[in-house]
Parts: sequence; C-alpha cells; structure tokens
Amino acid sequence: MKRYSAMALLRAGLTGQRGWERAWRDPEPKPHYEVIVIGGGGHGLSTAYYLAKVHGVRSVAVLERGWIGGGNTGRNTTIVRSNYRQKPLHDLFDFALGLWEGMSDALNYNVMFSPRGALFLGHSDADMTQLAQRGDALRCSGIDAELMTPDAVHRLVPLLDMSPDARFPIHGGLIQRRGGTARHDAVAWGYARAADAQGVDVIQNCEVTGLVMAGGRVTGVETTRGTIGAGRVGICVAGNSGPVAAMAGLKLPIEAQTLQAFVTEPVKPMIDTVVMSQSLHCYISQSDKGGIVLGGDPDQFPSYAQRGLPIRLEKAAAEAIALVPALSRLRMVRCWSGTTDMSFDGSPIISALPVDGLYLNGGWCYGGFKATPGSGWCYAHLLATGESHPLAAPFSFDRFATGATIDEAGVGFMPQLR
Amino acid sequence: MMLIDCPYCGERAQAEFTYERTLDSIVSLDMPVEEVLARLFSRANPRGEDRELWRHTFGCRQWLVLRRHRRTHAIAAVDPYAPDDPE
Ligand SMILES: Cc1cc2nc3c(=O)[nH]c(=O)nc-3n(C[C@H](O)[C@H](O)[C@H](O)COP(=O)(O)OP(=O)(O)OC[C@H]3O[C@@H](n4cnc5c(N)ncnc54)[C@H](O)[C@@H]3O)c2cc1C
Ligand SMILES: [Zn+2]
Repeated sequence: MKRYSAMALLRAGLTGQRGWERAWRDPEPKPHYEVIVIGGGGHGLSTAYYLAKVHGVRSVAVLERGWIGGGNTGRNTTIVRSNYRQKPLHDLFDFALGLWEGMSDALNYNVMFSPRGALFLGHSDADMTQLAQRGDALRCSGIDAELMTPDAVHRLVPLLDMSPDARFPIHGGLIQRRGGTARHDAVAWGYARAADAQGVDVIQNCEVTGLVMAGGRVTGVETTRGTIGAGRVGICVAGNSGPVAAMAGLKLPIEAQTLQAFVTEPVKPMIDTVVMSQSLHCYISQSDKGGIVLGGDPDQFPSYAQRGLPIRLEKAAAEAIALVPALSRLRMVRCWSGTTDMSFDGSPIISALPVDGLYLNGGWCYGGFKATPGSGWCYAHLLATGESHPLAAPFSFDRFATGATIDEAGVGFMPQLR
Repeated sequence: MMLIDCPYCGERAQAEFTYERTLDSIVSLDMPVEEVLARLFSRANPRGEDRELWRHTFGCRQWLVLRRHRRTHAIAAVDPYAPDDPE
C-alpha cells in the first residue's frame, strides 16, 4: 500500500495525477478462509481490519453483495457520540469514540472525523432532569458531559428559537464536546484499504445465498460467485440480518424497519455543532459541503422497502424548523432510506449464535455508525478467540431469555417503539 | 400500502393505523415459558410476506390481521382479529 501524505498529493499534483494505485485489490474468492465476514459495511470491514491487525488472522474475506459502504454505512446521518445513559452502552460507544479520534492516522485515510460537539436540547424541567442524570452517569464513567444553561446553548447555536413562546422552548442542554460527525464513505473505504493491505480479501458483488453446514456446524457459505469454505462465519449485514440468519434456520430478536434522512441545498456555515433533542426525534447537522442533514423517526412497522413514509420527513422537517426557524427558507434536495435492524431492547447483539461456527453482529437499530470501530474491534475479538470481548459481553444473543436487556429508551421490548 | 382497507371503516390512510407485532408472536398465559420466550423475542423477519397484528388506533380502534409484503408493501388481506382462531 502506497501511503497517502501531503507530499504524495503535491507530487501527484505536479505530475498530472498519474500513478495513483487502486485503493484495494479486486480479488477472486479463494476456496477457503479462516474467517468469512458477510457484509461489507463499516462494521464488517473494520472487523476484518482488526482481525488481521490486532489478532494476526489474515485469511479473511469480506463478502459484499453490492458495493462496500452501499448499505446503512453510506446512508446514515453520521452522528458520532458516546453519551448514552446505560453503562454497557456508553462504555462500548466511548471505546469506539477513542478509536474515532485516531482513525484517520491509524488507517492513513482521511475519514474527516469532526468533533464539533453533540448537543441534546432540553425543553422542560423534566427534560433537564433527565439530561442532568445522564450527564452525571457519564461523568461517573469518566466520559465528558457538560450541562448547559439556555444562554450557553444560545451562544453555541445562535439560530435556535430561544423565545419563551417557541413551539419547543429551550431550557438548556447537555453537550458532549468530543462528539461530532465523520465522512461515512471514507470510513468504509479507509477500512477496506487498510484491511486489504493486511491481506484481507474484500470481495464485492458477491451475495451470500446460503450457509454450508456439516455435522451441525457452519463450514462455509454459498454465494453468487460459488461456494467458499470457512472456519468461522460472522454475519454483519445490518437490516438483512433476518434473512441471513434464516439460512441457518434461526430467528432473531430483530425486526427490519425503514429509516430516512434528507439534506437541503448547500449554504454557508450556519450550524457548527450537532443539534439533537431530549424530547423530539429530530437531529440537525451541517455537512462539510454545506447541506443541512436532517433525520427523524423510523417508519415504526417492518419494512425492507428502502423507501419511507412522507409523513416521517414532514414531522422531522416541522420539528427542525420549529427549533431553527431559518431552516424554513431552505429547499430539500434529496431524501433516502436505509433498512435498519431494530432489536427488541434497542441495543446491539455481538454474540455467538446457537449454531457452531456462526456469529452475529447486528441489531444496531439506527445508531450503529458511531460504533463502527468499536463494533469491529469487539467482533474481531469474538471471531478470533471464540470469546466475547469484555465490552461486548453484555450484548449477548440470549439476554432476552435471561432478562438482562439494555433498554436505553425504557419503552419495553418492542422494536417498533424505538 | 398508503391505504389500508379496514373491514369496519373501508379504505383509510396508513397513518391512522399502528403496527403491533406479528401474529405468531402473540402469547397466552398458559403457554410454557420456553414458548413464550420464543414467541415474544424472535421473529422470522422475512423479506416477503408475514401475518401481522395491526390496530386502527386513530379510527374504529379494532384489532386487525394484515397479510402484508414487507418489500413491496402490497397487502393481500385485512381481516378482523379473532383471538380464538388458531393462527
Ligand atoms: C437514515 C439513517 C440514519 C442513520 N443515522 C445514524 C447516525 O447519525 N449515527 C449513527 O451512529 N448511526 C446512524 N444510523 C445507523 C447506522 O447507519 C448503522 O447502524 C450502521 O451504519 C450499520 O453498519 P453496518 O456496517 O452494520 O451495515 P451496512 O453498512 O448496512 O452494511 C451491511 C452490508 O451487508 C450487505 N449484505 C446484506 N446481505 C448480504 C448478503 N446476503 N451477502 C452479502 N452481503 C450482504 C449489504 O449490502 C451492506 O452493504 C443511521 C441509519 C440510517 C438508515
Ligand atoms: Zn376501522
């Protein structure tokens, strides 16, 4: 792998941009790998990278049915933060945040991680109590959290409607200054390039259509490019977890749902932090290109349509405009959807499955982008050693039977209520 | 599936209805605990048709059974929910 650097860029600029090599190979599948990861999203690719880099497992293939990063990795609103209330969640996400902070250097790829702050607004006394509790819980775990007065919030985001008769009056906020956004495609490409350099085969246009079983154990996968043998198989397919698990006759505590996002025409910098809310499901940030990126609720019923309900966009837009009235002047230029893997308690599953040799990383709902490096780190540990990484141990497949669920929203075990 | 044909009210906008769960995840109090767990906490989650319990929450409030395709949203049938029917 030729290293990218300012010097290399300058040299190529003076020589007509010739001589760049491709970022990763386009290999033919080999007959057998030690580990096969199904799904070339950020989670699958980071898993492969850490398998090779941390555990020295280099006989690894990532099989992607389309192009890498074409799933939820390339469709999300790129918010990265670790300020969850529940300890197992914030420990895992904060470990991931630490990896985000060094990711561009580690991968020699600019993932444009931008720690511009992740702000939750509070709209009532009850909201502020909850935000204060969450902040306390975070600080007890050594994670940065700062409760903000309305004045401080206003100074940070001057375009917010701070008037007392605003539709959603602003009583203050909780900010995680280390949170922010990143360039989603670059995350997939950066991990693919770095994994490839470690000897991992990143194989695109290769859909897994079945699992090969022998003696109650998974020994390989059937694909659109032939049968490939494997010592261990890791599912990492986000919204498609159900159909892939069904290949092993398994049912999961997961239901697929559509989640949408949309973006406005690009404008000059107007919001330089990520704005979210304790009571509303609306999140606002500005991309480096200038578009205001907005997201809202999922459709709240099972769907693989990758096309969501217009009323969800309308609601998110209405909430965003109520918070930042200036947004009403912008035109929306694009909307899109992804199929999210909604788990029953809203938390992920990183676990062995009840079939030997088969593992699952899924159930990230609509919050898994921020976990990408941590998820891959823990999944690589599981696939390399057969043992759960301590940070991932609470996210077991059997926690629904034992009752040890991790329910951040506190709404009970229903995927459509997340 | 922007319109759902409620057997009691006729065609109404999807926004009037709420999804509850799949028909095979309904439990009764006399089931063995293993079956309750299996029904409550696992789903076939097919990329195709399933039978689902919905409610016309912002209309007649009746429970309904939809046979619905999860990729195309085509609804093959909407029936009143009859709890005693074997599914
Ligand atoms: C609109 C939207 C907004 C979001 N916003 C945020 C956010 O702001 N912050 C955040 O943290 N998270 C967010 N998320 C969630 C986040 O995008 C996901 O949790 C995360 O990207 C999942 O990554 P992944 O690598 O597991 O999945 P994906 O990127 O979806 O990768 C899975 C891959 O598996 C492939 N695949 C599926 N089936 C097969 C098969 N049979 N054979 C081979 N390959 C297969 C798919 O093609 C896909 O490329 C959002 C999601 C959506 C949809
Ligand atoms: Zn009705």
